[in-house]
Formats: sequence, C-alpha cells, structure tokens
Amino acid sequence: MIYMYKVAVVGDKDSILGFKALGIDAFPVIDKDEARRIVDTIARDNYGIIFITEQMASLIPETIERYNIETIPAVILIPSNQGTLNIGMDRINKNVEKAVGTNIL
Amino acid sequence: MAKLNVKPTRMELTTLRRRLVTAKRGHKLLKDKQDELMRRFIEMIRKNKSLREDVEKELHGSFQEFLLASAVMSPEILEQAVAYPKESISVDIKKKNIMSVNVPAMNFIRKLEGDEGSIYPYGFAQTSSELDDAISKLYDILPKLLSLAEIEKATQLMADEIEKTRRRVNALEYRTIPDLEETIRYIRMKLDESERSSITRLMKVKDIIHKEA
Repeated sequence: MIYMYKVAVVGDKDSILGFKALGIDAFPVIDKDEARRIVDTIARDNYGIIFITEQMASLIPETIERYNIETIPAVILIPSNQGTLNIGMDRINKNVEKAVGTNIL
Repeated sequence: MAKLNVKPTRMELTTLRRRLVTAKRGHKLLKDKQDELMRRFIEMIRKNKSLREDVEKELHGSFQEFLLASAVMSPEILEQAVAYPKESISVDIKKKNIMSVNVPAMNFIRKLEGDEGSIYPYGFAQTSSELDDAISKLYDILPKLLSLAEIEKATQLMADEIEKTRRRVNALEYRTIPDLEETIRYIRMKLDESERSSITRLMKVKDIIHKEA
C-alpha cells in the first residue's frame, strides 16, 4: 500500500514564496493564531512533511511539540529570510541531551 | 531499598524468584536495546547536524537572492511568476522499524510537468535574473531539505524512545531487581528462622515426652 503525502511550507509570505515555485504547497501566515490553525489543519490533511519557519514556530511551540511524538507528519523548522534563530539547532541539541544525557556534539 | 509487602511464605518465595529471573532477563534485553539505539542515534544525529548546517547556510543564500528579486520586481509579478509551479512533489512514507521505533522512510517523487530542462515555472519576459538564481538555488537545496526532514524526524523519535528505554532500564536496575532480591532474602531468612524454631520445639517436645516416659 502506497500512501502519497504532500509537502507543505508554513511561514511569512516573503520567506516561503520560493518554495511555491518548486511545487511545495505554501501557506502564508501572519500571526500565531493563524499559524496554529493552519498547522493543525494541514497536519490532518494528508501532509507528510510540514516545513515551518523558525519565526513562526517560535510563536507556537506547543503546537510543534505536539507533533514531535507522531511519525507523521514531520514538522521541520527552517530559517526564514530574516536569518536563523537557531531553534532548529537547539532542537537537535535537545534531542542529544535527552538521549545521551550530555551534549556530545 | 524497600522490601515488598508480601507474606513470607514458600509460595511467595517461588513467585518472587520467578519474577526476579524475568526482571533480570528484561533488564538485559532492554539494556541491549538501549545500547543499539544509542549507537544508531549517534550515527544519525551527526548526519542530522551537518545536514542542517548545510541547509541553513544554503537557504540563507537563496533567501538573499529572493530578497533581491522582490526588490527589483513588483510583488504582483513575483507572485504571478511562482503561482503555477511546474514541479509537483509528493512523498511516499513507509514506516521503518529501528529497534521497535517506527521511523518514517520517505521516498520523494518529484515530477516535472511539461518540457524537461527548465525548472522555472514562468517565462523570462517579466522576471528578473535574481529570481532565476533564487529558484535554481532553492531547487538544488530541496533534496537536502527533504532528507533533512527524514533524518530529523527519525532522530527525534529515537531520542524519545531512548529516554523511555533508559528510564525502564534504570527502574529495573535500581528499583525492581534490588527490591526483589531483598524481599527474597527476607523471606528466606524468615523461613529458615521458623524452620529452626519448629526444630527446637520438636526437640523440646521430644525431651518432655522422654522425661515422662
């Protein structure tokens, strides 16, 4: 059985416009309520990967957290056009600390 | 260390012994699982980290181009240019089992519609070359971005599982097994004690009977 999932990107319009040209579904959002609603909606709607800009993700940490334990969808943080906030890196380091106990990287 | 709240009977002793054996075997298995998970995790997290560094750097470059593009082009035309993508991306996700952790195995299907060769979904008349650069950069980053998604999700799930396993291993090692051992020792002592006391009683009774006879 092959399930086909779609790929989405969520963030401010200027950052995600380019992704649209590559066939990734872009969902421009402005504030955190909208971001939360969009993420929850598309997570139910057959999207396998949701890229979200760190700026938006930092506004809705609980929503992001919720999808951590589920296999699908994968919510992945990307930097926005204002540069990176290092949240994505932080998440990697947190994972290491959680698993190993100390940061070995 | 606390001994369990059980009656010191022979039957309890047998059950406890059996539980101890199971706990020890479970502990060994979980420990093995933890070690193997950890090995795979470390392998993966290194890849994850370098991949993310790459992606973040390259995305930054692409965004810069994009910013330039949006500076020289009007927003309407920019939006119009990317409105109808030529490429469609879908992903086929299967679940892969790594030491009982279900991690996604993603298989990406990128389809170009229309003529092959050009990745740009627009004509060149109204758009600037900065937009071309931005999109071609983004196009090159995409495979990395997609594999980042796969690996990062996997490491995340594995980190959770490792934490859970470690808790279990520790609970068994520092709580369950010592408790069981202590209780078993306690029951055995209690049983020995009552055996001794019954032997003394028997000897005493024998003595009394002997004297009366």
